[in-house]
Amino acid sequence: MKSINDRSQDIGPFVSQTDDAIIICRCEEITKGEIRQAIHDGMFTVNEIRRYLRSGMGLCQGQTCGKLVKNIVVQELDVIPAQLDPATSRSPMRPVEMKVLGNEEVTHV
Amino acid sequence: MSKHTDVIIIGGGIIGNATAYYLAKKGLSVTVLEVSKDIGVGGSSRNGGGVRQSGRDTRELPLAMWGIKNLWPGLSEELGVDVEYTQKGNLRLGKTETHQKILQGLTDKAVSCGLDVRMIDGDEIRTINPYLSDEVTCASWCPTDGHANPLTATLGYYKKARELGVRFITESPCFELRKIKGVIRQVVTPDAIYEADKVLVAAGYGSRKLLATVGIDVPMMPLKMECLVTEAEPPMFLQMLGTAEADFYGHQSKHGSFVFGGSSGFEPFNKDNGTPISSSIGASCTCRGIMKYFPALADAKIVRAWAGWLDDCADKVPVISPVEEVPGLYIACAFSGHGFGIAPAAGYNIAEMIADGHSTIDLSALRYDRFKPKQ
Repeated sequence: MKSINDRSQDIGPFVSQTDDAIIICRCEEITKGEIRQAIHDGMFTVNEIRRYLRSGMGLCQGQTCGKLVKNIVVQELDVIPAQLDPATSRSPMRPVEMKVLGNEEVTHV
Repeated sequence: MSKHTDVIIIGGGIIGNATAYYLAKKGLSVTVLEVSKDIGVGGSSRNGGGVRQSGRDTRELPLAMWGIKNLWPGLSEELGVDVEYTQKGNLRLGKTETHQKILQGLTDKAVSCGLDVRMIDGDEIRTINPYLSDEVTCASWCPTDGHANPLTATLGYYKKARELGVRFITESPCFELRKIKGVIRQVVTPDAIYEADKVLVAAGYGSRKLLATVGIDVPMMPLKMECLVTEAEPPMFLQMLGTAEADFYGHQSKHGSFVFGGSSGFEPFNKDNGTPISSSIGASCTCRGIMKYFPALADAKIVRAWAGWLDDCADKVPVISPVEEVPGLYIACAFSGHGFGIAPAAGYNIAEMIADGHSTIDLSALRYDRFKPKQ
């Protein structure tokens, strides 16, 4: 099985594709072409791509685009999906106002 | 694939990546071994992004000042990645007389090292940052401090080093350092034995176990810290913020989100099982702290929280040093939670130390053998 651990391996040149302008991460407006370019810059994991481009860092926290990004990496590096971890999930599940998250008082109705 | 390079760096964080880049620029061949699947997954990606000089120990202040003068301003251009460096000052805030004394002490020390930093009162604080509450009564103000994006800076160094031919191997835990004929020579991993003339250990807290294989110890412990991130907000202020007790810090990023770190007081007692995870009380506690300083942020939505480890040194400053007992071995670890801002300067000077035998900034105060028991 091909490993992604050697970051100097030759993955070929970046070749533009007709659908590179498609937006993959809607929250942060990151396109397929930007994600493919990031892979050619050496970002071989979903977490690295997220930190490099902000894909999956917006309001939905990657719940929409996570799998799409993973599939782009699978195609670009020619590996199998099981080799790639999903990006780390982080609390809270939904965006929460600071005054709500920071509220310690229990009010009985 | 040759297993020999001029230098092996253990740790693919910002220190390892920056040193690899500056070494490659000098024409040396470098291998970077990273234990996890991702590059820059430790403290390099898990910090508040401060690029500041104020509030620093005088032993590491020269490195901070040199980096801010010589490296940070041109870093985005040099790496070809926007590191979002913003030099709009640092406010270290206080609310009580005790805070005032702490801040005055830090300010006096920094001024004696030639740093432009001074104490200001509540009114002046609010002309610089009108969103701060009336509870804030004093602050130290250093106009040449700032902040940057730790994620793109760390990965920017990685990208550029990789372009210059540095080999990066991920998921490559190092078990042992081996000397041959009295000098460092081999690094043992499960898959291979790598060889080099010089070895840099820059693996955060992980450095401790590895250095023990050649009888060297750096007194540090892992300490958890937690941060939270808001959704993008309209631009409010550009300064880096901290507090006298160092319990709350943060800034607004170029993207618009706020990144704030804080402490609940239970950090040394967390249940972690080796993974830095956010606690159920950390983010809530930090929110309450933020709202006292910034009432206007009460409606800002938190989109995520995260945690990370500090490699917390016994005397709170890093070890950046050659190891004469093991010729060819170098250490850069124990940055104690304020390594990001000095990382470019540290990487640059470590590369000089390894390649040329001396560095631009005198780092002798950060030597590995400085730890002495109490008298």
